[in-house]
Amino acid sequence: MSEPASGVALEIEDLDVFYGRVHALRGLSIRVREGEIVALLGNNGAGKTTTLASVSGVVPAQSGRIVAFGEDVTKAKPWDIVGRGVIHVPEGRRIFSRLTIHENLQLGGYLVKDEKVVDQRIAEVYDILPRLAERRGQQGGTLSGGEQQMLAVGRALVAGPRLLMLDEPSMGLAPLIVTQIMELVERINRSGTSVLLVEQNARAALRISHRAYVVESGQITLEGPASELAADHRVIDAYLGA
Amino acid sequence: MSQLLWNGLFVGSFYALVALGYSMVYGIIKLLNFAHGDIYMLGAFAGFGLLTMAGAMATSASFLALFVVLLVAMLATGTSGLILERVAYRPLRGAPRLSVLITAVGASFALEYGMRLVAGPNPQVYPIRLEGTTVHVLGARVTLQQLALVAIAILLMIGLQWLIMGTGTGRAMRAISQDPKASLYMGINVNSVIARTFFIGSALAGAAGVMAGAYYGKIDFLMGFLIGLKAFTAAVIGGIGNIKGAMLGGLVLGMLETFGTAWLGGEWRDVFAFGFLILFLTLRPTGLLGERVTERV
Repeated sequence: MSEPASGVALEIEDLDVFYGRVHALRGLSIRVREGEIVALLGNNGAGKTTTLASVSGVVPAQSGRIVAFGEDVTKAKPWDIVGRGVIHVPEGRRIFSRLTIHENLQLGGYLVKDEKVVDQRIAEVYDILPRLAERRGQQGGTLSGGEQQMLAVGRALVAGPRLLMLDEPSMGLAPLIVTQIMELVERINRSGTSVLLVEQNARAALRISHRAYVVESGQITLEGPASELAADHRVIDAYLGA
Repeated sequence: MSQLLWNGLFVGSFYALVALGYSMVYGIIKLLNFAHGDIYMLGAFAGFGLLTMAGAMATSASFLALFVVLLVAMLATGTSGLILERVAYRPLRGAPRLSVLITAVGASFALEYGMRLVAGPNPQVYPIRLEGTTVHVLGARVTLQQLALVAIAILLMIGLQWLIMGTGTGRAMRAISQDPKASLYMGINVNSVIARTFFIGSALAGAAGVMAGAYYGKIDFLMGFLIGLKAFTAAVIGGIGNIKGAMLGGLVLGMLETFGTAWLGGEWRDVFAFGFLILFLTLRPTGLLGERVTERV
C-alpha cells in the first residue's frame, strides 16, 4: 500500500455495488500494476462482470474508490473512462453484427480524434489478425465465435488501450481457439498494455497471468502470484477440478 | 399519367422526409415518436411566421426566399426536437416502452394545442404558393418551385444517407440502434448521439412542413396528426428503422395515394393509405427493405 500511485494501472478500493437490493460487490479491492496481466477468477455471479462494469462507469458504485492511472474515476462517465485508455471487451463479445468488420474496428476508435491514427491502428490489427482483413467488408455477424472474439479484441486495440479489461474471452470457444486468444492477450501485454482478465476458465487464465484474484460473493477471497494460485489446493478444488 | 407520377413523386418526397425522422428515432431508441408529425406542423408554422414577417418580399416567392425559409424552419424544428427529447423522452430512458409511447402521445397533444393557443384554431393561408413558371417535363406540368423543392428533398436524403453511412456520428447511430450498451464501451456518448438524431429527424420534418404548406396552401394546428400517421405508414412499408426503407416507403405511399385517388376519387385517399398500412402489418411487417438478419452467437 505504500507504493507510489504511478506504476499502478488500476486500483479498486473497498468497492460496494448494488443491483437494486442485491449486494453484488462487498468491499472488493484489487490492483493492476502497469505492465501486468491480472486474472480475476470466480464462478458465475461472483461479481467479476460487475467489477468491470463499475470500472467502465456503466454501473454506479455505492461506496469505495476506483483509480485509473492515478486519477479517481469512481464517478466518471463511460466515455471518460474510454478516453483515459481503459478499454472494456465485454462479455459475449458484443460486436455489432449488422455492421461490417471494418466499421466495428472504426467504432473502436470512436474517441480518437485523428483519423490517420485510427487507420494506422486498424492496419495493425489487420496485420495481427489477417482473417479480419480478408473479411473486412462482411457483416460482423457472419464471423464464427472465435473470429468474433478476435474482432472484439481488435476493436479494443483501435481505441489505444493502456489497460485492457477482458470479460470471459474464452467463453464458448474450442480449446484451440482459447489458446489463440490467450496468445493474443499475451502479445498485447508484451507491447506494454496492462490487462485485467476476467475468466471462468481459470486454467487458461492462470497460464498467462502474473497475478490473480479469486472473487466469491462479491469479495476477494484469495490473491497472489498466478503460479502460487495454480498450485493452491483451494483453487484446484474449486476452479481447476480434475 | 406522367402528371400523376409527378404528383406522386412530390407528395412522396415529403412523406419520405417525415418518415425518415420516424424511422431514425425508432431505429435508435425503439420509440414510435407520435409527436413527430407535430414537429412537421411546427415547421410549417415556422415557415409561415417567417414569410408573414418578411411580408411583401416573400410573395414574390423567389427561390432565395424559399431556401432561407426552409433553412430557418429546419433549424427551428431541429431545436424543437432536441427540446422534446430532453424534456419528454430522456427522463424516461430505461422506463417501460409503453410509458414512453404514452408520453409521445401526450407530447403530440401538447404541441398541437400549444400551437392552437399561439396561432388560433383556424387554418392559415400560406403566403407562398408554388405557382411560378410552369415547365413541361415528360408531359407533366411542373412549376420550377416544385422542381426545386423535390431537388432539395432529394439532396437532403442523399446528405442523410452520407451522414449515416459515411461519418463517425452515423456509425455511432447504427451502433446504438443495435446495442446501446456495447456502444458505451466504445466511448460513445449515447445521449448526445440520440439528441443529434432527434435534431436531424426533426429538421427533415420541418423541411417537409414548409413544402407541404407551400404545396397545399393551407396549414392548421392539426395538420401533423394525419401526416404523422402517413409517415408511420411509409416507414412501415419501407421497413421501420431502415433509412432507405423510409425513403422508398414515402415514395411508394405517395404514388399509391396519387394513383389510388385518381382511380377512386379524392375521398378514398386516406382509406387507401391506411389500407396499405394494415396490409403490410399483416403480410410483411418487416416492410419492403426490412429483413431479419440471422445472428450467430
